[in-house]
Amino acid sequence: MQAFTQLNGLVAPLDRANVDTDAIIPKQFLKSIKRSGFGVNAFDEWRYLDHGEPGMDNIKRQINPDFVLNQARYQGASILLTRENFGCGSSREHAPWALEDFGFKVIIASSYADIFYNNCFKNGMLPIVLSADIVDSLFKQVMATPDYKLQVDLAAQTVSTPSGETFNFSVDAFRKHCLLNGLDDIGLTMQHQDKIKAFEARHQQAQPWLYN
Amino acid sequence: MAKTLYDKLFDSHVVHEENGAALIYIDRHLVHEVTSPQAFEGLRLANRKPWRVESIVATADHNTPTNGWDKGLAGIADPVARLQIETLTENIAEFGAKAYFPFMDARQGIVHVVGPEQGATLPGMTVVCGDSHTSTHGAFGALAHGIGTSEVEHVMATQCLVQKKSKAMQVLVEGQLGPMVTAKDVALAIIGKTGTAGGNGYAIEFAGSAIRGLSMEGRMTLCNMAIEAGARAGMVAVDDTTINYIKGRPYAPKADQWDAAVVYWRTLQSDAGAEFDLVVRLQAEDIKPQVTWGTSPEMVVAIDGRVPSLDLAKNAVQKADWERAYAYMGLQPNTPISEIRIDKVFIGSCTNSRIEDLRAAAAVAKGKRVAANVKLALVVPGSGLVKAQAEQEGLDKVFSDAGFEWRQPGCSMCLAMNADRLEAGERCASTSNRNFEGRQGQGGRTHLVSPAMAAAAAIAGHFVDISQQ
Repeated sequence: MQAFTQLNGLVAPLDRANVDTDAIIPKQFLKSIKRSGFGVNAFDEWRYLDHGEPGMDNIKRQINPDFVLNQARYQGASILLTRENFGCGSSREHAPWALEDFGFKVIIASSYADIFYNNCFKNGMLPIVLSADIVDSLFKQVMATPDYKLQVDLAAQTVSTPSGETFNFSVDAFRKHCLLNGLDDIGLTMQHQDKIKAFEARHQQAQPWLYN
Repeated sequence: MAKTLYDKLFDSHVVHEENGAALIYIDRHLVHEVTSPQAFEGLRLANRKPWRVESIVATADHNTPTNGWDKGLAGIADPVARLQIETLTENIAEFGAKAYFPFMDARQGIVHVVGPEQGATLPGMTVVCGDSHTSTHGAFGALAHGIGTSEVEHVMATQCLVQKKSKAMQVLVEGQLGPMVTAKDVALAIIGKTGTAGGNGYAIEFAGSAIRGLSMEGRMTLCNMAIEAGARAGMVAVDDTTINYIKGRPYAPKADQWDAAVVYWRTLQSDAGAEFDLVVRLQAEDIKPQVTWGTSPEMVVAIDGRVPSLDLAKNAVQKADWERAYAYMGLQPNTPISEIRIDKVFIGSCTNSRIEDLRAAAAVAKGKRVAANVKLALVVPGSGLVKAQAEQEGLDKVFSDAGFEWRQPGCSMCLAMNADRLEAGERCASTSNRNFEGRQGQGGRTHLVSPAMAAAAAIAGHFVDISQQ
């Protein structure tokens, strides 16, 4: 996994609450057996005016000019600013894969659905929780300011605005450690294989029917 | 100290703790074709083997067609979908599994129907699957939740997951449910109260006399929709209903271990005096049949209600949400729910495709005809065994006589990955779990209801209050 330490990135505002993973990556694209290439279909039903299917030449498709991520000023954005309960619904990891492939490394919202939040960390992405009031003020600043960038520092756990305001955010120590160092957590867990084996032996003795 | 059921399940699976994160051991790993190929590929690339093949139970469900089975795999018109189904078969052949129910096997079906039906889901287990509706299995007093594909690979490789313990919520439903009021209505009423983010960070235990009175099918429906309240895991304590359901199923403990298992299982309930971080109470008698009107399961009202008006929105963000929902759903505020006419009906999904669901829908449909304005009324059993049972009871005939289509098992139009879907603008009474924009097909409009409510809507052509008939 790619490490994440700091980012000074252009911010794109997606002003909706409860954005679900069906919206982030519609089901027809989940048929792929690969892990990459989902970015062109991120937010497919909002982003294009025609119906998308896997294998289409997306360059030739009809773009929805009203969708915020299609606006010229947000091209190249790496920070997605959005509202509460982002990533609700299906557990599809294709959602963070699509967002990451689209170019987002950081998401800022007042809350996330649990599974989506967890999935982000497995893909070198940082989902940041800030209060609804701060998120609201960031929305106002992004809308009002062309080329609005935020500075994100994972080690310091801060988000800084161009005007010099700094907000702190929390993140679990373990997730932070893995993200800062780009650690593959299967490798980390394998360091505990003796403990897993010992647990398994005790567990089998206590509940032998689980091992039939 | 008094423990909650969640405490007992979590604590009994901790392998190691460090930095506030626990490594928990996973007993059952359910696998389907959509979220597993990249995980198997990851194992292959890292030259890893599954830690415990015997924990894996797999089936194909999301992409499988619900008709045209006479042509076999060749009947799957979409080559990308076919490849994904074939890839699961190849991966299981290479890596192994305790049980695999491939496309068209007599026991194939929706993974969350198949697991319990086979006795592969047992009380006290930790159960995971690359699927958010894994919360279903919590109905057995198990700790069950959905995971992403990276975690699917992690569980395959290590039999463990890195977890932070959730907070505990208790949802207490006391009293007696009214006639024609089902577990689905309870689930939707709870979500209407908590909101879809209300359960974020929590594991929910459903308790109270109304829950005790539910069958296992009903408890599965309820736990299935815990994720729609934002909680990854939902659960119900073990009782006689649980134990009677499991007895005699293919993978249930056999005679020599059964008694010991039952003794342990009976401890799987919250201790008296156990403390929850949050308690939500509902009175069963207050719950009426529910119908969602919008694009999130929390946008729900009782059948005798109306599409809410904007002045009822709690803040500006919700107001904007509702305005988008009116437009997407093609509905005006204050429209009575019973006046909403539908184009299609879907009875199925991991929420409501079990035998009890089909019986409830058939009881309403018996001797009636699907209304002329309803273009398609689909009944999709949750598994091959549910289908066989229903056919034995003559339910297929009841549905066919009434003008419903009786299909082969699978996820079908719940998420419309196969050919079963809504066209843009079509309105559907659906027994599934999500009414998100585009969920059942781009531009499709979903109203979530119980099986009996869906059948009644199919007959009337619009929503009707079955508790008043």
